[in-house]
Amino acid sequence: MKVMLVDDSKTMRTIQRNILMQLGYKEIEEACDGQDALSKLAAFGPELLLVDWNMPNMDGITFVKTYRAQGGKSPVVMVTTEAEKTRVIEAIKAGVNNYVVKPFTPDSLSQRIAETLSRTKAA
Amino acid sequence: MDASQITSFVASTHQVFTTMLSLTVTAGKPYTCCTVPKFENEVSGIIGMSGDMQGMVVLSFPTATAKNVIRAFTGMDMDPTSPDFADAVGELVNMISGAAKAKFEGKNVSISCPSVVIGKGHKVQQPSDAVCITIPFECAGGPFSVEVAIKHAKVAEKVAAKAA
Repeated sequence: MKVMLVDDSKTMRTIQRNILMQLGYKEIEEACDGQDALSKLAAFGPELLLVDWNMPNMDGITFVKTYRAQGGKSPVVMVTTEAEKTRVIEAIKAGVNNYVVKPFTPDSLSQRIAETLSRTKAA
Repeated sequence: MDASQITSFVASTHQVFTTMLSLTVTAGKPYTCCTVPKFENEVSGIIGMSGDMQGMVVLSFPTATAKNVIRAFTGMDMDPTSPDFADAVGELVNMISGAAKAKFEGKNVSISCPSVVIGKGHKVQQPSDAVCITIPFECAGGPFSVEVAIKHAKVAEKVAAKAA
């Protein structure tokens, strides 16, 4: 499965990449903000996206809205420090499928990914 | 700034260090930033807050603590002059500020992307119209601190109107 990591922090992308690799995901592409992610979508064709909220140039919410408006159907998990209920609702309205609040444990991220993929498969 | 907001930062620092670094932290007694600090700042991660609460959060370390903490966070020994080291410090202050602001009930607060300053004995000048509180911490990696200088937006508006 092809997974795209969108986060301006290289540290956070590396942590998420390591968790994904432990879960058996080998095809991983990284992007440092929404604009970078948009430019890599067509060539990579992600089947799952993990997206941060606060990023320079283009934030995660704008990216998800643009991705959905362009017809992007793959599930999106938002991985962010934004934990308020209003933010979660805003993210779901923008087209996010699941939500992980930083700081997270490897188990909690793995669980949310599995949950998201099984829901998408069932739909 | 009230005591519950300081408690939010103590809790969020504890949460980030325990969850992402597997390090237990002990908070000391908070003091105002005009008091002589307990160690020289050598590495600082800075986040701005805006919206209903405005101000700044600074996570500061002596270099030795920063190196230990970043090793626990990333699993790697990093040179403090490398961009990856600064990135990791920035992500820590981002998570601490984000988790703390989530505890400000009923407040709409946004945080900026982090900045990182590295250099012996530097001082981050906090806004002069906000009370600045330093929370000292100890962990297995050494001492560090979280400085918080935030004010309610209404106070900020009054100060701006007075200055105009």
